Amino acid sequence: MSAEAIQSRRAWLLSDRPASRLQARLGRAYVAWRRFSANRLALVGLLIILALVMVAALAGVLAPYSATVGDLKNARLLAPSATHWFGTDDLGRDIYSRIIYGSRWTLYVVILVAIIAAPIGLLVGTIAGYAGGWTDAVLMRVTDIFLAFPKLVLALAFVAALGPGIENAVLAIAITSWPPYARIARAETLTVRNSDYIKAVQLMGASPFRIVLRHIMPLCISSLIIRVTLDMAGIILTAAGLGFLGLGAQPPLPEWGTMIASGRRFILDQWWVAGAPGFAILIVSLGFNLLGDGLRDALDPRSGDQ
Amino acid sequence: MTAVIAIEGLEVVFDRFRALKGVSLEVREGESYGLVGESGSGKSTLLRAITGLAPVSSGTITVNGKRLGKTRDKAFYREVQMVFQDPYGSLHPRQTVDRLLQEPLAIHGIADGEKRIERALDEVGLGKGFRFRYAHQLSGGQRQRVAIARALILEPSILLLDEPTSALDASVQAEVLNLLEEVRRRRKLTFLMVSHDLAIITHMCERLMVMQNGEAVETLTASQLIGHRVSADYTRNLLRASEGFVRV
Amino acid sequence: MSDTLLEVDDLRVTFPTRTGLVQAVRGVSFSLGRERLGIVGESGSGKSQTGRAIMGLTPPQAEVSAKKLNLDGIDLLSISPRERRALRGNRIAMILQDPKYSLDPVMSIGRQIVETLRTHEKVSKAEARERALAMLQAVQIRDPARVFDLYPHEVSGGMGQRAMIAMMLIAGPELMIADEPTSALDVTVQLDVLNILDKLVSERGMGLIFISHDLRLVSSFCDRVVVMYAGKVVEQIKASELRDARHPYTRGLLNCMPKIGFERHPLPVLDRKPEWAA
Repeated sequence: MSAEAIQSRRAWLLSDRPASRLQARLGRAYVAWRRFSANRLALVGLLIILALVMVAALAGVLAPYSATVGDLKNARLLAPSATHWFGTDDLGRDIYSRIIYGSRWTLYVVILVAIIAAPIGLLVGTIAGYAGGWTDAVLMRVTDIFLAFPKLVLALAFVAALGPGIENAVLAIAITSWPPYARIARAETLTVRNSDYIKAVQLMGASPFRIVLRHIMPLCISSLIIRVTLDMAGIILTAAGLGFLGLGAQPPLPEWGTMIASGRRFILDQWWVAGAPGFAILIVSLGFNLLGDGLRDALDPRSGDQ
Repeated sequence: MTAVIAIEGLEVVFDRFRALKGVSLEVREGESYGLVGESGSGKSTLLRAITGLAPVSSGTITVNGKRLGKTRDKAFYREVQMVFQDPYGSLHPRQTVDRLLQEPLAIHGIADGEKRIERALDEVGLGKGFRFRYAHQLSGGQRQRVAIARALILEPSILLLDEPTSALDASVQAEVLNLLEEVRRRRKLTFLMVSHDLAIITHMCERLMVMQNGEAVETLTASQLIGHRVSADYTRNLLRASEGFVRV
Repeated sequence: MSDTLLEVDDLRVTFPTRTGLVQAVRGVSFSLGRERLGIVGESGSGKSQTGRAIMGLTPPQAEVSAKKLNLDGIDLLSISPRERRALRGNRIAMILQDPKYSLDPVMSIGRQIVETLRTHEKVSKAEARERALAMLQAVQIRDPARVFDLYPHEVSGGMGQRAMIAMMLIAGPELMIADEPTSALDVTVQLDVLNILDKLVSERGMGLIFISHDLRLVSSFCDRVVVMYAGKVVEQIKASELRDARHPYTRGLLNCMPKIGFERHPLPVLDRKPEWAA
């Protein structure tokens, strides 16, 4: 594309008199993207997360060995080398391949938790904030009960009740992570519920349900996305923690937390067994945190007038 | 002429603060009625009580012969619409003008949306070029025009105006006041307008009520006010203040 | 009085934005004696930024330049920030629109006035208190001793603005800049506050710059009016001769407001010409 074409495309996106719904929406997204991409670290975060997604999608191609079947006879606890980049574990499995396959489980956990917890929090928070009175009191006390326990302890209790396994770990984490989202959504709702633009919609005769769904929720979503992204690291760590305690993913699943747990027996002599998945968790958590920070700058509802 | 809005002994209490202390008034069909007062006089509260945004603790409000209860139905909002004071606060920050105008049509299930939106934008002097802009891409006067278009799109017969121009520059204020007069004439609307500015009220309204501390001070016609034929001292004070500063 | 207190020549204030530089003030020139000068304009005309630039309160990212910006012979642009700070309050003072935001909410009104005085003059606590009370009396607060101990949220808007004036006048400045000092007040209170301001300014022989959007109010209060449009001065005129204003913008601004007793339907509106901003 020539420089002129790019220039005119940019002008089209940034036009302050868009001619169609699509142009208005794309223009808005473009402004957010410019704000986001001005932040170098945020781009690094985005790159890390994109790499994670790619690795998870192409795990079958990228991994040189099987993730679950090892060479018990010849390849137990080998140090990192050209044939086994990250070494092998006590069952002779290639750790590099296991980490590549493990990215799938990490994504699985993170996405499922976000899909379950964020809407619950959004719904509870906006309804409580908009309705006020009894509804608010009841919903928020329930939220408080969840918040009163440390997250991992509560998740442990749920997993203990539901039985160990990665699906139950996801459920347990989701159940324990919605309350902060409800709090955020409620706080946002309280700041906008008395604004004139919400009153104007009330005066159109809109039902409370419609107001919450179509007018209040869109305003809460950006702060929620930011918070969820920043929480991703915590979710990965909780999942890893559950795995480590033997209540999350069960062997031989190559889940990173479980891998650390099984590597801890050799942590002094064969550090790579626990170190490699630990490092993977570190990188991905960092990626989500950087991404979240960048999103905060790009989506901050208070700078919506820009 | 019949009264389209009749208010009898209206009281509004917020947390033991009596914002309105038994106010009565009658607005006739097709007339433009003004409420003048300073902050805390209860003039805006009265508008909000009519729309159901402020809690009525006693007294009655009758609109088009129907006595209003605690809640308002959809039919009420097709008859009565309101324009707010602050054009920066009354438009949703994440919605285009198109979305803003579509919303009332969707709520009331009106089909010919496209045509109505274009007509409404033309009527307030904005035109199609503004249809897909966000609120932050509009000036204060343009925002207030959008707010007026939104109020008119349901084709109400009564428009409540809460200081519609006090946040605007003087020259923009003139444009918006002219627009309001024009739509009133064309659609034969009834106005109930609130302002702290006597000059605006006498310009826009045939009759007016002066309010202070939640009570009615006196009811006048615009010509009585212009001729300084007022009986209350408070009104006289307001009149003097509106003439600008006089060195003593 | 002919002695010049403030000289402004070709004042420019430039803000960097994402889309490039924006000039809020584009070459404003005027001079001020010990008189009341009104600066009038609509939002975006640069009237407030002009006042802030004289006061030295321009946001740090913006750039201020001028051929001349002299207060009583002192070049305001070449002195150090410290000297500039010393001038503020002592020789120039500023009143802002809303006392709610310009008074410190966690300090009693009396203490704020005393602190202001003591940063500019070495006086004992007892004397400072005496002078603060006298100042509160001077702005026609009926019970100064009671108001002295009140916090800003405990007083009305008019009272707060009087306290603000008291605080600004306590150090005896020579130049007062009032940026929309009465716009947040009710009309009846507005006149009281203006009366107080008027009396104090003429008694003390101060220069006053009164910044407002309300041409009619300014012309009834000031000796001279500077009309600004899009960062430039379009007209300077004696308030008494405002009716003979030549610039169409000034005339349009005067005409477009509804006036009691003058029926005009529709109201005349401004036909903005691009050359006004050129």
